[in-house]
Order: sequence, then structure tokens, then C-alpha cells
Amino acid sequence: MGKSFESVQEVRDGLKKVNYLADDGIASVVYLAQRLGKPILVEGPAGTGKTQLAKSVSEMLNARLIRLQCYEGLDESKALYEWNYKKQLLRIQADKSSDSWSEVHDDIFSDEFLLTRPLLEAISSTDPVVLLIDEVDRVEIETEALLLEILSEYQVSIPELGTITAKQIPMVFLTSNNTRELSEALKRRCLFLHIDYPDMDREKEIVLTKVEGITENLADQIARIVRSIRQLDLKKAPSVSETLDWARTLILLGIDHIDAQEAKDTLHILLKYQTDIAKAAKELSVDK
Amino acid sequence: MPVLDLMSGFIVELRNAGLPVSLTENLDAMEAVKEIPLEDRDAFKYALAATLVKSQNHWRAFETIFEVYFSLRGPEYSIMQDGKENDELWREQQDLQMQGEGKGQSGGSMDGLTPEEIAQMLMNALMNGDQAMMKALAKQSVQRFAGMEPGRPVGGTYYLYRTLRNLDLDNMLDKLMEANKQQAAEELTNLELRLEKDEFESRIEQFKQEVEAEIRRKLVADRGAEAMAKTLRKPLPEDVEFMHASRDEMQSLKKALQPLTRKLAARLARKRRHGRKGPLDFRNTVRHSLSYGGVPADPKFKYPRPAKPELMVVADISGSVAAFARFTLMLVYAIQGQFSKVRSFVFIDGIDEVTSYFKNTEDISDAIHRVNTEADVVWVDGHSDYGHAFEVFWERYGKDINSKTTILLLGDARNNYHATGSWVVKEMQKRGRHVYWLNPEPKSYWNTGDSVVGEYGSFTDGVYECRNLRQLEGFVEKLV
Repeated sequence: MGKSFESVQEVRDGLKKVNYLADDGIASVVYLAQRLGKPILVEGPAGTGKTQLAKSVSEMLNARLIRLQCYEGLDESKALYEWNYKKQLLRIQADKSSDSWSEVHDDIFSDEFLLTRPLLEAISSTDPVVLLIDEVDRVEIETEALLLEILSEYQVSIPELGTITAKQIPMVFLTSNNTRELSEALKRRCLFLHIDYPDMDREKEIVLTKVEGITENLADQIARIVRSIRQLDLKKAPSVSETLDWARTLILLGIDHIDAQEAKDTLHILLKYQTDIAKAAKELSVDK
Repeated sequence: MPVLDLMSGFIVELRNAGLPVSLTENLDAMEAVKEIPLEDRDAFKYALAATLVKSQNHWRAFETIFEVYFSLRGPEYSIMQDGKENDELWREQQDLQMQGEGKGQSGGSMDGLTPEEIAQMLMNALMNGDQAMMKALAKQSVQRFAGMEPGRPVGGTYYLYRTLRNLDLDNMLDKLMEANKQQAAEELTNLELRLEKDEFESRIEQFKQEVEAEIRRKLVADRGAEAMAKTLRKPLPEDVEFMHASRDEMQSLKKALQPLTRKLAARLARKRRHGRKGPLDFRNTVRHSLSYGGVPADPKFKYPRPAKPELMVVADISGSVAAFARFTLMLVYAIQGQFSKVRSFVFIDGIDEVTSYFKNTEDISDAIHRVNTEADVVWVDGHSDYGHAFEVFWERYGKDINSKTTILLLGDARNNYHATGSWVVKEMQKRGRHVYWLNPEPKSYWNTGDSVVGEYGSFTDGVYECRNLRQLEGFVEKLV
């Protein structure tokens, strides 16, 4: 990693410059992760900026973002590396006569025939990178083990080539939507960060920085309404990204002060279930 | 070094509270703390949290213990004004605090005010959202109204109650709303009123927490961190017993239930697909054989789609076990996609089918409410009578049980010495696929007094103790 952070405040300011408003918790954990060289496991409700955090950190550090999207059935050949069988076959067939077996053998198991996948790529890169392992809770518990070596030692072992160790320690983010309990082994290796819905003031700030042409007044009103809605017992509470969508919609519609009717007409952007919309409309006494 | 001692005491307390803190995590925490300047208390807290707390459910427990062990200490927190402390760390903290506060020393000048004036000041502060003032007032009112005496073995809630009663906080919200109405130039709309109310509520809540924290700080100064942490120790949400949960605990249980159901549903769906291999997927195999030059070296299989079980839930909803039945029903309906059909019945001494309540609504808590209010479950006197309920059940719905049906019986089997009707359970087991009994009582209470769970149990495929969410979750996973 190019430079290292000096203080929590520096992280905070840096993130603010790239339009990510971190609270104390987020800034502290990012700072620590970099100082200790540990991965961060980010957990929290959908749409609160978990993935965005990794993107913003990479932007702040001027580092390349390498992303591994996890899904059920992800395996070694998709996450770490794979031998390029076709090329190997071609190589063998190309000059059948000339080389001895051992030469061919050494030759086809060399860098040239290795397809790097995100994890290996992050490690072997010479310039600074940020590695994002997205939705790690989607892989099976057995596959998690694939990640352990890279997360604690920053190295990958390839039987034919030996161990590849990181040239520089990348910043690693794992995100999880908490659809299952991650294994102890994985959690132990990471710093844990829970990103919840922001409090009202921070949400207002986020709306102000992310939505162009919004007035202070409207942002304040939006943040307050969203907070009230989140307090209700809903199937799915509005996320930050939905708040932003809502703010943008209101701007497009040329509304600078939300009254009851407008709120009711645009609630469907904030909430995705009909029962939730009805409930919110009723609770906010919009529906009269 | 006192910080080290404090840290190890802190970690022991975390473990006592039920948080799984491993040795490596402990070491990580020590590493992390080194990187953080000690005077930054927030960063210090987050550093500890990031290394020691690996689940959001444990956050509250962590926070309480942190507040106790690393709370601000100083002479102004000791209950007697002349209390002398010479802890080193304490002095450190004290210095920091002095630097930090500087301007906020408004506490001293308030001593001459009457209680009415303080209440008025509080109202103004809440009205304007004046944070510094609210803090100072919290301090002041605890000093004045809580009536704390050193060494008195009374819990913090008592002092909290005394303080808040003196401030008349219950009526504060109404007063604030009233004052707000008068201030506003024009009539406020419903939406605005609602928003104002939420705002005031959150400010009052904030003030309450401030008072609570102040009391805790004083108590820690008086009794020491260890003793204090012990009195504050509460079970984690997943360990709270259904039968003895307080209102607050019920709330946190309800909150914990939602992510749990999501988790369970995802896991169950996955498990179903991965249980065993299905028939060969020819297309996929050929597609993958291209990597091996046309040799089908890596055969692929289709996912199996085993049939989903049918479920019948028969729950006792009499007073003592109502909470347990409620949670189980909620959980079952939240993951009903995992079953081909779910039917539910509730009883006390009469029995009624409540499946339809859940059918027409998406809101489970609404349905549960209807179960509690509308279901016809009283036959004679409204005391549990398992025998009669089971017999009626068999008569009316027995014919619907087939070899795909799994039956869940919920209750403590405290039958008030009525006839047990256990032959019904025997018949159920004969006709159905499985019969399970879930009992919210601790195992040691089973078959004592009027509990006849043993007699029913002998005809089921298993009786399970289900005292908390953790056990309930474990059972449901096993069931599917």
C-alpha cells in the first residue's frame, strides 16, 4: 500500500473528498484495518453503502478495485486461478516431436498458462489494489475455506508452482448480508464492521452531497420523513440508496417542499411492498 | 499498567456475558488499541468492537460493558462529594475530560435553581435540541433527584425512575407538542405534526439515555466496575427465555426474529438443493467437457427437488406459554415457503383453526394479534385442557393427516390434572409422518406437578426443550 494513514480523522476527510460520509465507526475500522493489515468484514442491511465503502476507499487510495462477486457454487477455478487447458493442449500438439516430456511438462505449468482469477490477481498485483469480496455469505461454508489462506497470510498456494506471496498487502473488504452465520475461522481473521442505517443528521448530509441541486430544507425534510418511516414495523425499511432515489425523484418533479399528497404519491419509491406503503401512508396521516 | 488490567477484566466480563471471545481476538484487540490514541474514546471503543464483537446481536451487551469498564470517572461522579479516589487511570481520564469539556462547565452554576426552573430549562433545551444543555441538565437532575447514597444496594433502574419522575418526563412530550403548536405561525399538517412528534421523542429518549449513563457512571465510581457489570449482565437476545421475557426483552426478541427467519429460509432452501445429487445433466456435462478437449471428465448433475413436507402446528396459547406459541407461529409462517402447506390450530381447553388468519394478510404480527383476540379457544373455564383439545382436534381434523404430514405440538403439557387424551397423539404418530413436541419449560421441570409431557412424549418422535430462540432455530432447521 502506497501511503499509510496517520489518524482516524485523515481517513474521514479522505473519504469525504470522494463523497463518502463515514461515521466514527466506519472511519476507525478502516484506519485500523490498514494499520494492522487485516481484512474488514462489513455487515448490515441492504443498501447502506457496504459495497460503496470499498469503492470509495479504492478511489481515495488511488488503488485499483478488484471485485469477486460470490455466489453459490463458486469454486477455486473462479476465485483463485485456473489452468488454461485449451492453450496447454495447443502447446502440446504444436510441437509433438521436438521437446522431451519433462520440458513440455515444465513448460505447460508456467505463468503463461495460468489464468488468474480475482484473488490471485489481487495478490500478484504490483500496484496498490483494494480487494472486494462481495456477498461472501452466498458461498457454501466449505468454500469459505478457500478464502482463509489469502485473508490471514496474503498468499496463494498453487501445487504446480509453489506459493505466491503478496507483493504488497492489499486492503480487503468482505461484505455480507447476513443470510447465514459465517464460520468462526473467517470471522476471527477479520475486523468486524456493522453499517446500520445512518442517523438523521448523517442521512441529511448524505442526501446533500449525493443529490445535485437539492436545498438544505428539502434534504432535512427527507431525512426526517425517512427516519419516521424506519421506526415503523415494516417488511423492508427504506435503505439509503432508496432515500437517494426518492430525493432525486422529488428534484425531478420540481418539488421543494413535501406536503402530504406528494409524499403519498411518491412513497412507492421508498417502499417496495404494497402493505408497507399502505401502512406508512396511514401512519404518517397522509391517507386521510 | 492499569489499562492492561482493565482490559483483561473487560474481556473476562465479555465472556461472562456470553460473547465468544477467542484468544486471537483478544490479542488483536491489544494490537488495535496500540494504534489508537488513548484520548480518542470513540475510536478506542470502535477498535475494541471491531476486534472483539463479531455479531450485531452482541453489540448492546458490548456497549453496556464498555460503558461500565471505560466510563468517565472523576470526583464529580462520586456520590459523596468528599470521596477520594487515587486510581491512576482515573486521573488520566480526568485530565482528558477537563480538556474536552472546557466550555461545557455550566453544571456548577445550576445549584441555586428550583426544580420548576430546571424542568422549564429542560423543556427549552428539548425544544431547541440544545445538546450541551441537555447533558448538563442530565447531570444536574441526577445529582438532585436520584438521591443516591454510597454503598446502598439499589439497582440503577430505581434511581432512573426517581430522577425521571421528578422531571415529569412522561408529560413532557405533550407539553412540547402543545408549545410547538402555539409557536407555529400557521396550522401544522398531520404529516408535520407526526414528524415533530418523532423528533421530540428521539430527543427525550436521548435525554433519558444521558441520565441513565450518568447514574451508571456514579454507580461504577461507587462500587467498582466488576460489581457493576455483574448487576447489569443480561442474557443475549438469542438466550432470552420465552416464558420469562420482560417487555423490553420481547421487543429485542422480535427484532432478532426477523433476520433469523431470513437466514433460516436462505439456509433451508440451499440445504434442500444440496442434500444429494440428482440425475446426470447431459447438456452441462458436455459443455464442461470442452475444457478437457471433449472428454467428459467432470460430470454435472441436476439439482434434486425433494418434496416439501406438510406442517400442522397445534399450539397451546394459554397465559403461561402464550409468548412461546406466538414466536413459534411467527417463525413457522415466516418460512412457510419451505413447506408445501402449513395449517395451524390453537387451543386452551377448546381448539380452533387459525390458518385463515395468516392466509389473507402479509402482516404476520397482525395475524398473531387476531389469533389472540378472535380465535375460539375457550370451552369451559379457560384453563388448559390438553385432553379435550386433542380429542376435538382428532374428531374434526384427524382425517386430514396423511403420510406427508408433520405435526408440531407446542405447550408445557400442564394439564391441570385433566384426562390426558394421549391416545390422540398415538394415532397422530401412526397416521402422520412425524410428531414432535416442543416444550418451553426447562427440562428439569418436566413431569413435575401437573406436567404430563412424558406421557405424550412416549408417542412422539421427540420432545424438545425450546426455551429460547437459539433452541427454536436449531429445531426448525432439523425439521426441514
